Amino acid sequence: MTKSFVTIADLSKEKIMSLLEAAARFEENPNRKTLDGKVIATLFFEPSTRTRLSFETAVNRLSGRVIGFSDAATSSSSKGESLKDTIMMVSNYADLIVMRHYLEGAARYASEISPVPIINAGDGANQHPSQTMLDLYSIYKTQGTLENLNIYLVGDLKYGRTVHSLLMAMRHFNPNFHFIAPKELAMPNEYKLYCKEHGINYVEHTDFTEETIADADILYMTRVQRERFTDLMEYERVKDVYILKADMLKGTRDNLRILHPLPRVNEIATDVDESPKAYYFQQAKNGLYIREALICDCLGLEI
Amino acid sequence: MTNKKTELLVAALENGTVIDHIPSELVFTIASLLELDKLSSSVTIGYNLQSSKLGKKGIIKVADKFFSDEEISRLAIVAPNVVLNVIRNFDVVEKKEVIIPDELHGIVRCGNPKCITNNEPMSTYFHVIDKQAGTLKCHYCEKEQNKDKVKLV
Repeated sequence: MTKSFVTIADLSKEKIMSLLEAAARFEENPNRKTLDGKVIATLFFEPSTRTRLSFETAVNRLSGRVIGFSDAATSSSSKGESLKDTIMMVSNYADLIVMRHYLEGAARYASEISPVPIINAGDGANQHPSQTMLDLYSIYKTQGTLENLNIYLVGDLKYGRTVHSLLMAMRHFNPNFHFIAPKELAMPNEYKLYCKEHGINYVEHTDFTEETIADADILYMTRVQRERFTDLMEYERVKDVYILKADMLKGTRDNLRILHPLPRVNEIATDVDESPKAYYFQQAKNGLYIREALICDCLGLEI
Repeated sequence: MTNKKTELLVAALENGTVIDHIPSELVFTIASLLELDKLSSSVTIGYNLQSSKLGKKGIIKVADKFFSDEEISRLAIVAPNVVLNVIRNFDVVEKKEVIIPDELHGIVRCGNPKCITNNEPMSTYFHVIDKQAGTLKCHYCEKEQNKDKVKLV
């Protein structure tokens, strides 16, 4: 079996820390020759410009070369080719495959049949582990540790795949979670059960005010989308409640940092951008270093 | 004993396996899960037989065939309560119960329409994470589902 990166669920604490330390080394010196002579495929069966650019930049900065497609419409899967055939064909050419797919479990399956390592760049609503790793790196970098932090997750906690993965990845680090969401988008029971099974503390809130977030170390914002509501009256009632505004930050901790997986629509008011506590743009940049680390780790390259 | 009456309806077996007390509607499902259509020995299938326990029951007699635990475990989802009587020289020498396996390969379909297993020519694969409650977790899309909600492949 080659060494693929498909889910954060089975990463040990040691593995997470060693990836974060590798990312820190790449941040000091992001341009290297590590992938010289290597070809990396980026297969995006579902378009995601942000994630694709981040991976391709990581390869380019490490002197590797990129092949691939950015949309299934331009690949042979639009002619009905199976995922297996596409993976087998591309693995003839590339040393590693980064793939994003609209179907859940696609990356796991690809990793089982592919002779070269697979990195999951998102499989439907299931996993997006490189996003989780960059979230962890952002928390680690801004707080100096992952241990014993107060992490506030805000917005759509029902469908938000990034918050579910983050919650699972943090199980090693004794976090205190606060779930802030409207009733319709509350954290699903299976994740609350997960918290209980793993001894993770959490508190649930429906209000989102200066007082609620006073003790936060990390404020992780997500978007409340209209199409997620069955009751549109409910949407109208709550849509402006989960918007972060600059004046809500007055009483917060100095070390507080605001994260957001992006793209943002209106859930963080633009006046927050000026705050030193706003971290979402740097957060995206951290994705580059963590992806450099992930690619080298899957290829077994020393850095 | 009700068993005696059935024995009258269906010929006795010298060596092989008798699966008795099958709810009638499951008879053909069980026949297909155990791949009886691929056997060359004689198979007797009784259907809609009178039973005091089940109302109507089914019975399957398979000559000269002894099922492995792995084969039997395929019944775990649809017919966890059936008992397989192992017959040697006209006598029941063992009663085998269905044991719920830790993994299910190619038995049931994933309930998630966006799962790769429903969109690619491949076998399904589930982890049985709670045998009591019958909770399955798809190895691929990681969705948990109850065994009562899933459909056979």
